[in-house]
Amino acid sequence: MSNMSGLGARPIKPFWPPLIAGVALGLVLLMTFVLTGHGLGATGATTRATAWIGLQMAPQITQSNAYLGPMVSSGNPMASWITWQVVGVALGALVAAYLGGRFKVQLDGAHSVGTPRRVLAALGGGVLAGFGARVAAGCTSGLGLSGAATLGVSAFVFLGLFFAVGLIVSRLVKGV
Amino acid sequence: MIPLNDAGMVSGLICGVLFGYVLENAGFGSPAKLTAQFQLRDWSVFKVMFTAIVVAALGLYVLKVTGVMQPDAVFVPSALLMASAVGGALVGAGFAVGGYCPGTSVVGFFSGRLDAFMFLIGLLAGTFAFAGFYGPAVQAVMGMWEVQAGDTFTDAFGISEVTMLIILVVALIAVFWMGTWFERRAKGPVSADEAVAGAGSRN
Repeated sequence: MSNMSGLGARPIKPFWPPLIAGVALGLVLLMTFVLTGHGLGATGATTRATAWIGLQMAPQITQSNAYLGPMVSSGNPMASWITWQVVGVALGALVAAYLGGRFKVQLDGAHSVGTPRRVLAALGGGVLAGFGARVAAGCTSGLGLSGAATLGVSAFVFLGLFFAVGLIVSRLVKGV
Repeated sequence: MIPLNDAGMVSGLICGVLFGYVLENAGFGSPAKLTAQFQLRDWSVFKVMFTAIVVAALGLYVLKVTGVMQPDAVFVPSALLMASAVGGALVGAGFAVGGYCPGTSVVGFFSGRLDAFMFLIGLLAGTFAFAGFYGPAVQAVMGMWEVQAGDTFTDAFGISEVTMLIILVVALIAVFWMGTWFERRAKGPVSADEAVAGAGSRN
């Protein structure tokens, strides 16, 4: 191994081959369908977090908002399966990164495009993805991956446009 | 009865931990590796996603034909094609610019990446922006191009599930074959060493 990461200085282990990772991901997704009747996701939790923050900062505006209002009308919007699932993603990623010697605190992309540009690109990309995931009522995980496994038409439309636009935009803007 | 429809904390944590563990081990916490898919240098995103879709779709099919699972037992997203197209375009643009999608930004942050935290802040801001715009006009656009006949390819267009599965398997083989060809031209996929060193380490 050519170099070591910061935390605990464990040797860096290679990533799993894509076929192995893909089969593992498919089995986790299948298990999720069997346990819950739906697939995996991410923006369900960030959307609920948005509603929760809105409720703390501007309760009246949040309660009367057409989109966030229904989410906060029946108690804490964070009390949901998807919140626990995303907490799990964080824990699982942390354990995997630590055991693989791949945990390293860094502003990834600062070397390639500089710190100010990287911060702006990450923020701006997040805004686009956050807005887009609400339009589609799902993100790459919740709609693209999970929806495609159920052979849903909208999942494949989502993935087609996701890839086509990503391909074009990555040639116009260098954000990483 | 399967599915168990368990919406509890334990099932959420178990599914999430495994999801995050696999994503990080696939290299999907690294924005350099993720965006290399759009530059066609590293096809891991496509290879992993397609394999997972095929494995889960085959599994769901087997559970249904063996009668273990009812045909309509799992959630299928509504076939709102305008919303899916516009949303997919925006999430794709956000991925290309920011280096993550929503789920992988959580993986990136918990492998130590502060730019992934910025992306997460952006996600919340984008959700606030959407809530601000949300109203009859946005709802009307999001409701356009709905496939009335159904949400799956079988219900919407009469393509049998077996045909769809065969198409997916063929597409999967094509993705691996084409992807590996592109990766050889670009001196191989982004390695764990390069991912930890950060974007721009290969030059």
